Amino acid sequence: MEILILLLALFVLSLFLGVELITKVPPTLHTPLMSGTNAVSGITLVGALLAAGSGGSPLLVNLLGFVAVTLATINVVGGYLVTNRMLAMFKRK
Amino acid sequence: MSPSIVSAVYLLAGILFILGIKGLTKPKTAVRGNQLSALGMLIAVVVTLLDSSIVDFSFIIAGVLIGGIVGATMALKIQMTSMPQMVALLNGFGGGASLTIALAEYFSKVGADPSSFAQLVTPIAVESSAFGAGPEGTVALISIGLTVLIGAVTLTGSFVAFAKLQELMKKSYGLPGGPIGNALFLAAALVAVVLLVTNPGNSLAMLSIVALALLLGLFLVMPIGGADMPVVIALLNSYSGIAAALAGFILGNTVLIVAGSLVGTSGLILTQIMCVAMNRSLANVLFGKMAAGGETVDADEIYAGKVTSAQPDEIAMMLEVAKRVVIVPGYGMAMAQAQHAVRELADAMESRGTEVEYGIHPVAGRMPGHMNVLLAEAEVPYDKLVEMDRINPTFEDTDVVIIIGANDVTNPMARESEGSPIYGMPILNVDKAKNVVVIKRSLSPGFAGLPNPLFAMDHCLMVYGDGKKAVIDMTTALNQS
Repeated sequence: MEILILLLALFVLSLFLGVELITKVPPTLHTPLMSGTNAVSGITLVGALLAAGSGGSPLLVNLLGFVAVTLATINVVGGYLVTNRMLAMFKRK
Repeated sequence: MSPSIVSAVYLLAGILFILGIKGLTKPKTAVRGNQLSALGMLIAVVVTLLDSSIVDFSFIIAGVLIGGIVGATMALKIQMTSMPQMVALLNGFGGGASLTIALAEYFSKVGADPSSFAQLVTPIAVESSAFGAGPEGTVALISIGLTVLIGAVTLTGSFVAFAKLQELMKKSYGLPGGPIGNALFLAAALVAVVLLVTNPGNSLAMLSIVALALLLGLFLVMPIGGADMPVVIALLNSYSGIAAALAGFILGNTVLIVAGSLVGTSGLILTQIMCVAMNRSLANVLFGKMAAGGETVDADEIYAGKVTSAQPDEIAMMLEVAKRVVIVPGYGMAMAQAQHAVRELADAMESRGTEVEYGIHPVAGRMPGHMNVLLAEAEVPYDKLVEMDRINPTFEDTDVVIIIGANDVTNPMARESEGSPIYGMPILNVDKAKNVVVIKRSLSPGFAGLPNPLFAMDHCLMVYGDGKKAVIDMTTALNQS
């Protein structure tokens, strides 16, 4: 129960931090912001790895984990690369 | 690897994500920010791979290889005009990842090892304590149910958004009863969540959540029109973040919660910015049609005999003497792939000493910041891209405004005509400029289905035809003079 409260506190504080940070992103960078946050949401890869590789789990679990690893990796790799590609265009002058 | 070291590395990853988004607050620091964020992802993944519970790497290697190749190919091949489609797909994959993680966690905890579908739907005797002691088990089950729900809605909703943006799906379909139909679907899915929480072994309830939520995602997005896609994409972006944060509650994983809530707020804030820029509520975008106008506006009455058209070389003569020109791009510029041609026209004007800026409406294009990315691709410096609030006061001192592929965001009815469906929507006050040039295929209305009185004004000239060709002709004529 205590852990739950801690996780909830972390969640709420992160929401406030998110509002403070995101409102300062200029409209010019809103598209890279979306693709960049897409990459960040690929952090689900962490959970996916555990499910895909866990020993002693039913095959169904490993298979679902495999799908999750694939989808999350697309997000991570695709998200960071495409964001980098866009931002490089903004950088040059 | 001890759990405390893993937690410390997750904390570090979370800090790097935050610094990464902070970097995005300025174009100069943005590339570095993105790299910091990627570094955070890398260390979080590496420390997870060292976890002793991972014994078999075959699925992991296969998934990372397939995902890596697909992701890299998409990222490197996609055209800048198609960026909304790319983001829509990424939203969907994010939702799908959270969905499958929640399902994997569920079937792992109930210990189901079905060999057939009949076995899969057979209830298993499981206590909620399998998911955690006391209230923790209940919270884990609620989180699983909600992650599955939101993840599945994000998955199918994003694919519909993709199909609409790619123009694979041109018509709008919806449930009979519209929002009520959707509400019934959502209620049914929530009932299934409750059933799951009260009886965790009820795998049929779990599969019902999946099926209902997948359908709900389809029905939610199918009725929404193309020009409202900025809102939908931003909202689905938010959903994918919320689903990731909820998955963090299932796994008790701090970095998922931090990253997921940052993404969730980002999407919500963008959603709100888009709604304000259209002067519509979120509910109105999602469920409403554009309100029928109080007074019917007859296009012929507005346009009859008042619209003046011009040829590109006539416009070039006007641009020759202009001191200040503002270019207003819209989705039509993306459709015509005219961003490079537009930059060349601006170069030609600037070489003659004309001041050129770009006026960007927040909902121009199909996603937040769409026009900025296109113009950045054409090497327009970002300080020339001026947002609506800052460009509007300058129109009175502007000699020529060139509108390419934008319509509703310049319609003065939004300012003057009370009772008009778009009344109150903030617009670019292009009609205050000395001359207005509109490059457009025809007088056809924009997404709002309204005629634009701007086109009939005395100081407005229409250049009919393909946007790219018209702009190139202007540049050629200007360079020859």
